[in-house]
Amino acid sequence: MTTRRQFLVLACGGLATGVQAQLPPNIAALRQAALQEAMRKVTGGAEVRRGRVKLDLPPLIDNGNAVPLEVTVESPMTPADHVRAIHVFTEKNPQPNVIGARLGPRAGRARLATRARIADTGIVVAIAQMSDGSFWSDSVNVVVTLSACLEDGLI
Amino acid sequence: MARVVVNLPGQARRGEVIEIRTLAGHDMETGFRRTQLGELIPRNIITRFTCSYNGVEVFRADLHPAIAANPLITFTTVATESGTLEFRWTGDNGFSATHTATLTVV
Repeated sequence: MTTRRQFLVLACGGLATGVQAQLPPNIAALRQAALQEAMRKVTGGAEVRRGRVKLDLPPLIDNGNAVPLEVTVESPMTPADHVRAIHVFTEKNPQPNVIGARLGPRAGRARLATRARIADTGIVVAIAQMSDGSFWSDSVNVVVTLSACLEDGLI
Repeated sequence: MARVVVNLPGQARRGEVIEIRTLAGHDMETGFRRTQLGELIPRNIITRFTCSYNGVEVFRADLHPAIAANPLITFTTVATESGTLEFRWTGDNGFSATHTATLTVV
C-alpha cells in the first residue's frame, strides 16, 4: 500500500522532472538566439536600419491565437526602387519566423496583412528588403494575455 | 479540396492598385502541440502561397507555424490588363488548393 508520504515524494519527483524536461532554464536566451539567427539568415549579416517600415498590431492582445498584423513599407514601388521582401519574426514563439513574403514593383503598394500566433509577451519584428539591397525594420512590444500554444507550457 | 475565399474587385481602372484578400480553410497544426497522452501532434501547415497574374507571379509568401489557423493574406497588385489571377496554396501532406479569379481592366 502507498502511504501518504510515498505518494507525495513520487508526485513531487514526477512534477519536478516533468517541468525540467519542458522548460530549459535558459529558455529566454535560447529564444533570443533563435530570433537573431533567423534574422541573420534573412539579412545575411547586412546592417538593418530602423525606419521606413511600419508594423501595425494591437499592443494588448487578448488571444494570441489570431493576432491581426499589418506591415506597410514606405516605397514608391517602381521597377527602380521597390520592396523585394517583407519578413516578420516574433521573439517568444518556439520558432521565430512568422511569414516571409516576396513582392515586386507589380504590387503597387508595399503592404501585407495577415493573422499570426504569438506565444507570449515580447517583441515582434518586421524586416523589409529593398531593391537596392538595404534592410529596414520596425519592432513592436506586445502584451499577450492568452497565449497561443497555451497547453504546451512553453512560457 | 480545401475551401478558399478570395476577395478582389471584378473591375478596375488601368494602373489602379487593387487589394486582394485571401483566406484558406486549414487548421495550421503547429507541430508543437501534444495530445492528452503527451504525444506530439505532427506539423500540418500551408507552407507556400503564390499569386500569378496572367501567368506571371506577382506575390509569394512562405508561411510558418506562427500563422493563425485559416490563414488570411492581404496584399496588393497593380491592375495592368484584363485577365485571370491564379492563387495557389501548397503545404504539408501534399496539401494543394487553387482558385482563379477574373479581373476586367477598363
